[in-house]
Amino acid sequence: MADHTVTSEVVFRIRRFDPTTDADPHWEDYRFPCPPGMTVLEGLKQIKESLSPTLAWRSSCRMGVCGSCGMFINGRPRLACNTQVSELESSLITVAPLPNFNIIRDLVPDLTPMFKAHAEMQPYIIRDDTREQQQPTGEYWQSPHQLEQYLQFSYCIKCGCCMAACPTCATDPVYAGPMPLSQAHRYSSDSRDGGFAARKQVLSGERGPWRCHFAGECSRVCPKGVDPARAIQLMKRQLVVDYLKLGKQKCPASIAKVPDGVKRREGIPEAPPRTI
Amino acid sequence: MRDQRLWTWHIGAGAVILVLLGLHMTVMHLDAIVRVFNPAPGEPVDWANVVARGKSVFFLVTYVLLLGTALFHGFYGLRNILFELNPGAPAKKAMNGLFLVAGLVLFAIGTWAAWAGFTVARSA
Repeated sequence: MADHTVTSEVVFRIRRFDPTTDADPHWEDYRFPCPPGMTVLEGLKQIKESLSPTLAWRSSCRMGVCGSCGMFINGRPRLACNTQVSELESSLITVAPLPNFNIIRDLVPDLTPMFKAHAEMQPYIIRDDTREQQQPTGEYWQSPHQLEQYLQFSYCIKCGCCMAACPTCATDPVYAGPMPLSQAHRYSSDSRDGGFAARKQVLSGERGPWRCHFAGECSRVCPKGVDPARAIQLMKRQLVVDYLKLGKQKCPASIAKVPDGVKRREGIPEAPPRTI
Repeated sequence: MRDQRLWTWHIGAGAVILVLLGLHMTVMHLDAIVRVFNPAPGEPVDWANVVARGKSVFFLVTYVLLLGTALFHGFYGLRNILFELNPGAPAKKAMNGLFLVAGLVLFAIGTWAAWAGFTVARSA
């Protein structure tokens, strides 16, 4: 087993593509010493600083939050910032742009189709009381159980790893893909939301969850532990129940009333003023 | 809406097929335990047993139901596979029409055969 406490030499094999000069992508190798704890993203930065200043990729937060640095690392979609070189158990690190997307340059995929599909799903709370949403008078009531229905799906950072791993996305451009579909489910299963009928206009057609084979790769590769495959199956069930008219009409949560006659205990400061 | 409707019917057809194939397996392979569907001695495919089942309206209905659900389930699945090859809109339309016509023709032939078997068994 490799000793992860000493500096060792690694080779980064990177798929390069510059549309202004290259007809096809090609591989280039970069050899450099890798100190313990180095992430793939730090390796890329080292290459850019000292070996190939033209190397292009997307990254921002470097802590697995922003979802910018999704890449195909050693045959699996991962976040470059969240992947330590040592955990790959190899001195050869292959880095390519996420599959199932067009390449803009080097390791930069064109995520436009994914975000377009995401926007189609209306990924926000839809309610009739627009006045209340614009000038809130209180909070919408939600129980911990209702929160659990969508909480894990709200951890999605839209990195595109699930889309890159999806075998249906690989062949069918009409299929919206795991990220947009799981986000549609995230909002449709939110007790504060009343937008299922609006989203159904898209979901009940070709862009909906019908082509999902339940391969489960999207859930396997998700760096945030979200289970998009589960969201898609739950959405299928919701749509079937809706077609058969077996489900109860969901009423969006009402505003939680401020309890009357409750006295604040001594020593507890007042809540800060509302920011919305 | 169309895909939502087709998928729901696809799932429903799958559930019906599951029950009817269970019945088929019971009739054809559990005859040593369940004799009610094979009243004559011998194998389930012996003429006397085939005629006994063929006279039954229950079996006539299950044959036609199994045919219809299997055709719909199978053709819908095949359509999905072919649609994933990303054909153009005219090709999709042609496939929809082809599968619809093929399904209806095969269903009509199968129903006619089941009815013919029923009438032959009744007159035997």
